[in-house]
Amino acid sequence: MTLQTTIDRVVPASPPRRGAVRGMLRQIARITENVPAMVGFAIVAFWVLAALFAPVIAPFPPNANNMSALAYPYPSTTYWLGTDHLGRDILSRILWGARTVLTVAPIAVLGAAAIGSLLGLMAGYYRGWIDGLISRVGDIILSFPVIILYMIILAKFGSSGLNIIVVIAVTKAPIIARIVRGITLELRERDYVMAAKMRGESALYIMFCEILPNARGPLIVDFCLRLGYTTIIIGVLGFLGIGLPPPDPDWGGMVKDTYGMMLVWPHMSLFPCAAVSSLVIGFNLLAIGLREISLRD
Amino acid sequence: MLKFFGKHALFMVVTLAAVSFLVFAMNEFSPGDVARKELGAYATQEQVELLNKRLGLDRPVAVRYVEYIGKLMTGDLGYSQRYKVPVSGIIFDRLKNTAFLAAISFALIVPLSMLLGVAAGMREGSLFDRGITIFATLAASVPEFAMGVFLASIFVVWLKVLPGTATLLPDAAGWSIPAQLVLPVAVIVLYDMGYVVSMIRASMVEVMQRPYIRTAVLKGMSFPRVILRHAVRNAMINPVTVIMLQINYLIAGVVVVETVFAYPGFGRMMLEAALFKDIALIEAGALVAVFVCVSTQILGDLAYMALDPRIRA
Repeated sequence: MTLQTTIDRVVPASPPRRGAVRGMLRQIARITENVPAMVGFAIVAFWVLAALFAPVIAPFPPNANNMSALAYPYPSTTYWLGTDHLGRDILSRILWGARTVLTVAPIAVLGAAAIGSLLGLMAGYYRGWIDGLISRVGDIILSFPVIILYMIILAKFGSSGLNIIVVIAVTKAPIIARIVRGITLELRERDYVMAAKMRGESALYIMFCEILPNARGPLIVDFCLRLGYTTIIIGVLGFLGIGLPPPDPDWGGMVKDTYGMMLVWPHMSLFPCAAVSSLVIGFNLLAIGLREISLRD
Repeated sequence: MLKFFGKHALFMVVTLAAVSFLVFAMNEFSPGDVARKELGAYATQEQVELLNKRLGLDRPVAVRYVEYIGKLMTGDLGYSQRYKVPVSGIIFDRLKNTAFLAAISFALIVPLSMLLGVAAGMREGSLFDRGITIFATLAASVPEFAMGVFLASIFVVWLKVLPGTATLLPDAAGWSIPAQLVLPVAVIVLYDMGYVVSMIRASMVEVMQRPYIRTAVLKGMSFPRVILRHAVRNAMINPVTVIMLQINYLIAGVVVVETVFAYPGFGRMMLEAALFKDIALIEAGALVAVFVCVSTQILGDLAYMALDPRIRA
């Protein structure tokens, strides 16, 4: 699986767990030892900080245009990454664009995780016709080409942050439901679930307090992967012109506006492309690293 | 075998019915849309209602849906308001172009990913394996539009050896059609291969740890023979469904590449239809897309059965 397999094989088995705090510290220590996880974490942390402090560190307001800058729109001491076709500072727009994508993507993925976990738990716990119904409807949603679905829905209801969140949550939920269902099917036979049943706990308590916490490993890995995919989708929707409405900066939208001028001003589309690619690479490396760590357990 | 086809045919019919009804209901629930679009913003409410009546749009959704399905059965897909031609006149033409692009890409993706995935997975942790893993992760992480921009800035802007558009028409600059296809195909192959390579590699790594591989090595079989006769066939069982699902992506998901390179394909047609709210074209396109998807799933299951005799029913 790994870049580090050889090292992993030499690392001795970890000692048994003593206390929650020490357990957590050991988990963190293990993450810091994993190269892909740390590189991924550094990239994601960079963009999170950029998004948080965009109002402070961005040298210009994101939508302020200075037409005289178009005489020389290339990177300079005033405009570090140059300006776009309307004389807006690209660096400021990229920093503010990080804000957009890092708000929409986590909310959408959290929504998908919430819906998907609930449906997956129900399908795996109750089985029978509930499982059949949830799985079949999920199959139908998954058999539909996602991008075509976005086009149909966004063309009908218009494009807004909320619509993008809803569409992503609904189309990604069946995948998460499938993962959670598989884990639930296995965990429902465990002794601690039996014990909870004997104590007379409600089905909801067993699903959310006994089964779900034990399914967190694969879910966290999937969460990071899903964040990467969602970042791509938000970029793609922006690029196709059915993403977040202008003029607020959105990386995909920045590329859409400028890639026609690539022969003259290639930097205008190259910088936003580099930004979106680096964020996705960060999420994917984080997912790879976390998966390696969980496989070693 | 009969049961297999019966089950899948039923799933396909149910899916097509569900999708067609949902898309139809969503687009035509408020009947004013079609007439309003036809007459323009300055038509009076009476004019809109008159046209609704003449087009039969004032009747309930269910009645119109049954009528729509009846028309579909006879091959009448409606009239595209965006392109001002019958839908069947444009949709199959665009589908043909996309199928052409998809076929070339698929013909490259499958052998290349198998080669790289198997070679990387047969010696887990080797330098070559790490190189392939990094390459696959990077390739799958860069969105297609960004990949298009990166490749175009190298080969179009900087080196000036390839055209930046693929309109399939002989253009003024004199680029031939094969030259136009290089960049779109490269973007699709790189983006998609990243994913397929990691799937095949993971499956290969798993197979190489099985006892029968060790047995084959210990009984003195040559390494290439172990790989080709025992490992590859078993390692391809799981990825084959994933590979078949790529056809799905190649037909419906290449809208970004088609937009970057102005390629006259199915995805870009759907995007234009969606932006223009060309309802007849959206509905027909959605059905075609779902039909392609479910068909490739069936093909995937068939390939699965061919590779793994245990699940032959």
